Order: sequence, then structure tokens, then C-alpha cells
Amino acid sequence: MLYINCPHCGMRSQNEFSYGGDASVIRPELNKEVSDQEWDNFVYNRKSLRGKHLELWQHISGCRQWIKVERDTATHEIFRTFKADEEVA
Amino acid sequence: MTQAFRIENGGLINRDKKLSFKFNGKTYLGYEGDTLASALLANGVHLVGRSFKYHRPRGFFGAGVDEPYAVVQLYRNGETEPNIKATEQELFEGLEAKSVNCWPSVNFDIGAINNFLKIFLPAGFYYKTFMWPKSFWYRIYEPFIRKAAGLGVASTKHDKERYEHKYEYCDLLIAGSGPSGLAGAYAAAKNGAKVILAEDKPRFGGSLLTSDVNIGNQSGKDWAEGIIAELKTMPNVVVKNRSQIFGYYDHNMLVMSEKVSDHLPSTKKYHPNKRLWYIRAKEVLISSGSIERPIVFGNNDTPGVMLSSAAKEYLKVYGVLVGRKPLVFTNNDSGYETAIEFKKHGVDPVVLDSRKNPESEIIDEAKNLGINIKNSYVVVAAQGYKKVKSADIASISEDKKQLGKIENIQCDCICVSGFWTPTVHLASQSGNKTKFKEEIDAFVPGQSKQNEITLGAANGVFSLEETLKTSFTAGSELSKKITENDNKVAIPNVVEKKSSQHDKFWCVPLPKGKNYKRFLDFQNDVAVSDVEIALREGYRSIEHVKRYTTLGMATDQGKTSNLNGLQLVSEIENKVVPAVGHTTFRPPYTPVSIGAIVGREVGKHSKPTRKSPMHSWHEKNNAVFVDAGVWLRPRYYKRGNENLFEASKREAKNVRTNVGVCDVTTLGKIDLKGPDAAELLNRVYTNAWLKLPVGKARYGVMLREDGIVMDDGTTTRISENHYHMTTTTAQAANVLSHLEYYLQLVWPELNVNVVSTTEQWAGAAIAGPKSRYLLQKLFPNSDVSNEGLPFMGYMEGDLFGVKARIFRISFSGELAYEVNVESDYGNFMWEKIMEVGEEFKIQPYGTEALSTLRIEMGHVAGSELDGRTIPFDNALEGLVSKKKDFIGKRSLQRSAFIAEDRQRIVGVVPLDKQTSIPEGSHLVKDDKAPLPNPKLGHISASCWSVEYDNPFSLAILKDGKNMIGQKLFAMSPLKNKVIPVEIVSSHYVDPKGERVRS
Ligand SMILES: [Zn+2]
Repeated sequence: MLYINCPHCGMRSQNEFSYGGDASVIRPELNKEVSDQEWDNFVYNRKSLRGKHLELWQHISGCRQWIKVERDTATHEIFRTFKADEEVA
Repeated sequence: MTQAFRIENGGLINRDKKLSFKFNGKTYLGYEGDTLASALLANGVHLVGRSFKYHRPRGFFGAGVDEPYAVVQLYRNGETEPNIKATEQELFEGLEAKSVNCWPSVNFDIGAINNFLKIFLPAGFYYKTFMWPKSFWYRIYEPFIRKAAGLGVASTKHDKERYEHKYEYCDLLIAGSGPSGLAGAYAAAKNGAKVILAEDKPRFGGSLLTSDVNIGNQSGKDWAEGIIAELKTMPNVVVKNRSQIFGYYDHNMLVMSEKVSDHLPSTKKYHPNKRLWYIRAKEVLISSGSIERPIVFGNNDTPGVMLSSAAKEYLKVYGVLVGRKPLVFTNNDSGYETAIEFKKHGVDPVVLDSRKNPESEIIDEAKNLGINIKNSYVVVAAQGYKKVKSADIASISEDKKQLGKIENIQCDCICVSGFWTPTVHLASQSGNKTKFKEEIDAFVPGQSKQNEITLGAANGVFSLEETLKTSFTAGSELSKKITENDNKVAIPNVVEKKSSQHDKFWCVPLPKGKNYKRFLDFQNDVAVSDVEIALREGYRSIEHVKRYTTLGMATDQGKTSNLNGLQLVSEIENKVVPAVGHTTFRPPYTPVSIGAIVGREVGKHSKPTRKSPMHSWHEKNNAVFVDAGVWLRPRYYKRGNENLFEASKREAKNVRTNVGVCDVTTLGKIDLKGPDAAELLNRVYTNAWLKLPVGKARYGVMLREDGIVMDDGTTTRISENHYHMTTTTAQAANVLSHLEYYLQLVWPELNVNVVSTTEQWAGAAIAGPKSRYLLQKLFPNSDVSNEGLPFMGYMEGDLFGVKARIFRISFSGELAYEVNVESDYGNFMWEKIMEVGEEFKIQPYGTEALSTLRIEMGHVAGSELDGRTIPFDNALEGLVSKKKDFIGKRSLQRSAFIAEDRQRIVGVVPLDKQTSIPEGSHLVKDDKAPLPNPKLGHISASCWSVEYDNPFSLAILKDGKNMIGQKLFAMSPLKNKVIPVEIVSSHYVDPKGERVRS
């Protein structure tokens, strides 16, 4: 079970969180003309990386905040966590 | 029955307390502190089971967790549990156990015929033979294998025992209470660290209980007892015996199974049977020790052949002689320690040492005691069927290839030592890549991956002095990092005998003309010849060899077989062992009770139960409940001898003719507040929301980004910046997360707060042509006329002094209202509605009537919004705005979603107007078409229409909009039904929707 540092609450076990997928995906702006390919990339196409991955988790049984977690998908090592509005450098 | 093999004195058992127990129906006596194994051996019982494949007689091989054979079926307090190691099961008064793998009995075993047919049972036999012919598998092979093999029978009864889960955090977790664990725990505890020390056996001390050493002028055993006693007094230390850490998971989470009650005749009141600990440790010290490995020789599975360390443990801990004429076969000094113990208890052992001329303090001691030692000698084969009677022995050449003349010597047990294998399982599970250590012919942990360190024998260090030094130091250093204390602990003096180098020899060659079975894996009956076959047939990867031969695959996970298997493969392949590599160690280290893993989450506790505030009223009024997610909802209210069908028909009919009331508390409710709330709704729902006035409700549909309908419900504008959203019962949590996702991540500029208010409001739906009369009486001060409160209107009212929200919304398709009050007033509201409604012939209705009402109106619900349908499919495209953008809109342009023959909701009526159509039935054109019959659609929901008094169903049908009037067949192979049907509009009742506006 992962041990995730919620930027709002501190270290909490994985069973307080729910996974939310790739955090690098950006939703196309509303009312903007989007090609099929761009839309498919947003909705469906994911890289399924092995290695460092920036992903979303929601602290559903805690502060209910969506957070970003930088995690290695192979080793599960968590490098950093960010608030939803924090820039990932 | 006498305990003929129990020595007069000695051992750590309690001789004042005799216990009687039964094995295979026969009664024996043992002592408190015995294991089932030691008690049986005290009574001279060596035959405990039959082997897995050949059904050869099997005895005891080890004395603890490493035991591959002595697996029994245990009976305790009316329960039975399979797969219990007799070497781990502590004796209690009245214990009953039986052999497994024996059919019909341990002494006469039909499966043993496999032993004589063994030529047919080589590696891969199961894969090759039982595959063909296919029809034989179910009828012949499988029943035979099931009966003849296996490691016991699971109980089919409900488990009465309780199991607990516990979450714990600590600074230092220590796995194993041998010298290393004790030293590490003591040093860390002195620094104020929060320490958990876990020991799988009942007694703490590990190897110190059996080894002849001195620490700080005390015996090793006394020193261990002193340390444990002191640790137990420290508030920052938890010491746990009977507790096996079996898994090392991510981020230093380890899981431990504590046997709370297995050593007792029955579980004490309020105690669990087992307790599963989830421990998050800042640092982990793995001091799991090592397991002696066997030397491979002919018939080395005969009862009476066992590890020399086990023989020593039976003697020193339990006061039991495993034989009176022991033969010790060793390639290192450990065998001598066992021989010395025998000698000290008046038994004359013979030692065969594969080494030519070893010299050490221990060997000198053995010589001084006059023990008969034969150097460059090996056991070629054990003789005897159900028990060792003698051994064929021979001298061996220095290159270990040539055997001398074979002699036979009498013996009643063979104690074998092939040196020691560090227990690296936990380290390996943590992600640590093990490395091969030449000097000890075994793997040890390599670079740490998590915050773990392995010390002592588990790290391949067999010197007590070094183990204590490194462990005291590690305990200090690790705890210093955490507590910042630096209390020095003096490292005690150690007296131990120096050992000489072991011999790398591990397998005795076959003498000419003999083909004895030489077993590598005792639990799974894998012999040297099986691995040879696998390699001859082209298997190379050790993982493949493992699976083809089943080497190391049984419940003992190859604890004794692993390294010898690797030695064999490396020899045949002419590679070094590290190049062969070992198979992956995976949790659990030992079998764990399923009950312990499940914990308290069984039966009705497997999920929480949510009840509405009106639940007790429903109960008192004969409600029959149904699970709706985690909620309990009334399905119908039983009157007299009514069944579900009759009751729900009555309730639905009453709604259509008079008035009914339904508990709708379970609907998800979300409060939205903020100046941008309307904008959020406008983006989340498919229809327009910017112009909804205060005091009005609107029905909305929300999509996922892929265009599939996620949920539907009404949202009401309570005040300028305040909205009340309802969701379906099932989707309530998902919708809240969905809103939070967009507010926090996608559109953080929107100023809106959302919060779940599901539990804050109790809800009652009042539906039927007489509902307005009832409402007028409930709220005499409010204008609830059609003008005062029109369809989709909202107002606040006063319900006999209680503040209420009144929504004019309808799911039943009748004139209807929904009244909400704060949850604590829910029951009050309900009772008032029933009381005042009596004159209008009010009846409560349950979910079954609710379904009937919505189905015949063609209103969609979860069975249509099933994660596969878009708005068009549900005839909701009228709610999809063409002007504005919203979540999922772009996906609705996908070619499949705009196809001409796109699926769509329709109504379905059986031609005979009699036969109900099972939900899930497929709609097909031709009921006689060959299989697979092309499916045109499926029945999503069925009811008995109370309006027309015939069955009616909803279906999602391909090209549904052009199918009205067509005749099809509804087929349910599951229910064996073929029903001719007609496709009609989904709006079966009141298609113009006049009633809701009346
Ligand atoms: Zn949090």
C-alpha cells in the first residue's frame, strides 16, 4: 500500500485516496474547434509509461482535494506531490 | 500411552501439565509447550502423511516454518482447518488432527500405486497426460486427482471465528527475535524509538534457544530471556510472539499475521482467532535467520530423515529424541552440534562427514566425547518404507564423483545438514536484488531498496559475535536518526565455538545400477530426475523449470528445496548459480488464513449499511427491504399474504388512482454555492442553465468526456447563488468527485463550492392524482395550486412547525411532489404525511412500484444509463444544447454516435400480453436463426403495467426509432424463454406528459 504525502494533510495511506489518471493531460478549452485526433488524445490515448509518471489522486477520505503525484510506475517510488494548482517544475 | 522418546529431563516444555490429543483417531499424551510434531515424535510417531504425487510415506523434516511434509487437517472446537504444519501447531488439550493426502488411510494409501507407476509420472506429466482426451478431464482425471492429492479440505461451514485487522506505525520493525533481532530491538528501544519486535514462534530467542553459546556470562537462552523481559517493561516497545511478518510491500508497509488463539482449545470470548497487522515502519530490521538445507541422496524422503537442526531443536526445546540410533550426515560443523547433543543424552550417533579432514573446536569436542566419525563418507540411500531402518553408506572420492563399496548400517533416523540458507524472502519482497555469496553457496540481500537492513544469519553471517556487534550498532544508528537520542549500549562478551569451512557438496551421486528417487522438493515430490527431464526438454529459465516441474511451488515455497534445485540446474547447464538466478520470492512467506485477510468484513459487515431516518417506520409497517448500493430501501410493504408481484402492483395502482408516498432519502444531494454555480451547471449538464430562475427546478443529464451518460437528476435554484442538485443513489459519490475534479483542476477560476448533503435531508416523494389535496393539508399556509407551485416549481414551506423544501418534480409520471426536511425530522414528516393522507387513501410504495411507474412512463434509470448509452439512445437528445459547449459534447460527434441506425430506447410488449420478459433478454429477428443469433438489442427493464394490466418492458434496440410496430423475439437462454414481442413507443403511458402538469 502506497504512502502518499497529501500536500494538505500529510502522509496518508493509499486507501484514503482514489486514483485519477495521467495528470499531464490537458482538457481542450471549451468552445474551441478540436480535431478528432486531438479529442481522441484527450479522451483515450495514454502513454502507459514505465518510469516517472505525473498522476492525479483525490484524497477522497480526507480533504477531498485532487492532488498531483510524481510516481515511478515500476518501483512505486513517490518523488514529489503537488497541490492541484501548483506548478510542476 | 507412554512418551517413549521423551528424555527424563530438559527441554522448555511444562512437564507439570500433560495434554491429551488425537491423531488419526488415536489418543496420545504430550506436554504443554509441545508442538503437535514434538508430541507425536515423543510418542514415536513418524508417519504423518503421504506425498503429493507419488503418495510416498512422509514424516517430519523440520521443526518449524520450513516443514515441507507434516501438513495436517486440524479439528478444533467444532471447526476444521486444512494446511496446518504440525511443526508449528502448538499442542492444546483435546487437539485433533488428521493426515492429508491419504486415501483411504495413512497406512494403506491407494495413491501409493503412483509410486510403483512412477515411470509414468515424470516432470510435466500433468501437462502431457491429463490433457487428452479432453472429455476425460472432468469425468476421470480431475475427480481422481482431487481425491488422491491436495493438502487438506477447506471447511464448507460458516467460520464462527473472528479475525481482526490492526493498523500500526512504528520507528523500527524487527522481523525475528534471534540474537540479531534482540540486539537491534534493545539498542533502538534504549534510544526511545517505537519498536515492534515480531517472532513467529511461541518462544523468543531464535537460534539462542538451541545453540551452545555464552553471552555476557550467561547462556544464550538466559540472555535472550533477560532482554525480552526488559523489552516487555518498556512503553515504547511491542513484542509479539506467534506473529509472522509474511509480506513486505510498498513504502515500508509490512503485514503480520498474529495467531491469537490457535494454541488454545477454543478462542476466548471477545478475542479474535487471528489478528492481521498492517505496519508502516520508518525502518525495518530483517533478522529472519536461516534455514538448514538438506543434502540430496537416495530415498531422502523416508520418514526418519530430517534436518539435523530440527533433531537438535526437538531435543533441546522439547526433550524429544527423534531416534535412538541416529546417523548424522553433514558437510559442515552443524551436524556435529546435533551429534554432541545426542551423545550428552546417552545416545550414540554415527557422523558421516563428506569432508576429508575437517578440523575445528566443535569437531574436537565431538571427538573427545568419543563420537564415531567417518570422514569422506556419505549416505547413498535410506532404507525402510514407512520409517528409516538402515542406511546404505559409502566413502566418496575427493571430486565427489566416485562412491566406494556400499555398506549398510542400522539406524532409525538420519539427521542431515547441508549448511545454511539465509531467509532472504522479506528482503527480496522489498525490492532488494539478492546477490550470491560464494563462501556460503547461497543468496544474501544486496543493495537496500526501501528502508530495510538485513543482519545476522539472514545476511549470511553465522558468527554470533559479529551478528551481535552489527545488530546493536544498527539498532542504535537507525533509532538515532529518528529520535535523535544517542544512548550507548555496551556490547556483551560472546563465547562461541569457531567452525570450519563447509563442503560445497550437496548431492550424492547414484551408485551404478540404482535409480533411487532423490528428492529436491519434498512437498511437491520433485526429484533430481524431474529437473533433468525439464532441462532435456529444453526448459532453461529457472522460472519455467519451476512451473514445469512444480519445484518450489507448494505451500512451503521451496524453503528447503530452492538452493539445491539451483545447484542442479547450474551443474547440468554448466553455469554458476548466480547466472541461473533464483525464482521470485512473493508474499506470503507462509500460508495465511483467508479469514485473517478478510478480517471483520464478512457477511453484512462486508459493506456499510445505510438506513434512511424513516427506516424504523418501514420496518414496523412490514417493509421488505432491498439493497440499493449500500442503502437498505423498502422494496414493497407486505399486506397479508401478498407476494412481491401483488404488493407492488397494488402500490403502483394506488399511485395512479389515489396518492402514494415513497422514501427517496437515498437520492444523492449536492449543495452548490457561489457566483459561478450556474456557469458550472451549464458546463456539466448537456442543457442550458444560465437562465433558470430562483425557485425553479430543471432536469439535467450529465455526460462523461467520452459522451456516455454519467448521471441524471434535477437541480433546483434555491436562491441567487445557491443550487440543490440531486443525483441517482448509485452515482452520488462519483458525481461529487466529478464536480470537484473540474472545479479544482480544469476550471479553478470558477467560484463555486460543492458539498454532499445526502445525509442532511430526508426526502418523501408524494405522487398521484390526489397529491395536491394532500399537500394543501400538509402546508395550509402555502399556495400549492397549479399556479402557485407549477410543474418544476420550488418553494419553502412550514410542515407543522418544521421547515420543509417542496419540489414539484415527478419520477412516476403522475402529479407529484418531493418534500425534504432536515434528517432528524424525517420520521416526523413521514408520519404526518401518512396521518393526513389517510383520507386520500394514501399508501407507501417501495422501489418495485417505483420502477413500475417509471418504466411504463418511459423514464430512464440506471438500467438504461448503464455506462454504454449516449443521450440519443435514451431519447434525451432534446436536452442536448446545440449552442453551448459542455463536458463530453465533442464526443457526441463520433461517427458511431451519429450513425443512422443508432440504438435507441423503445417499449416492448409480448404479443400474448401475458408473458413477462426477463430483463437481459436479447431481441432478435429470427428465433430459429443459427447461433450466435444476431442481437438487435436487449431488454433493460421489465414491469407489469398497472395502466394496461399487461407486461411491459423497456429495451435499447438497434435503429430503435424505425422499429416501432415491428415484431421481434425476446430470447432468454438463461430462463429458456422465447417470447414473440411487438416494439412500441417507450412512452407507454401518458405519452404527452399531461399528468405531471395537471
Ligand atoms: Zn488531504
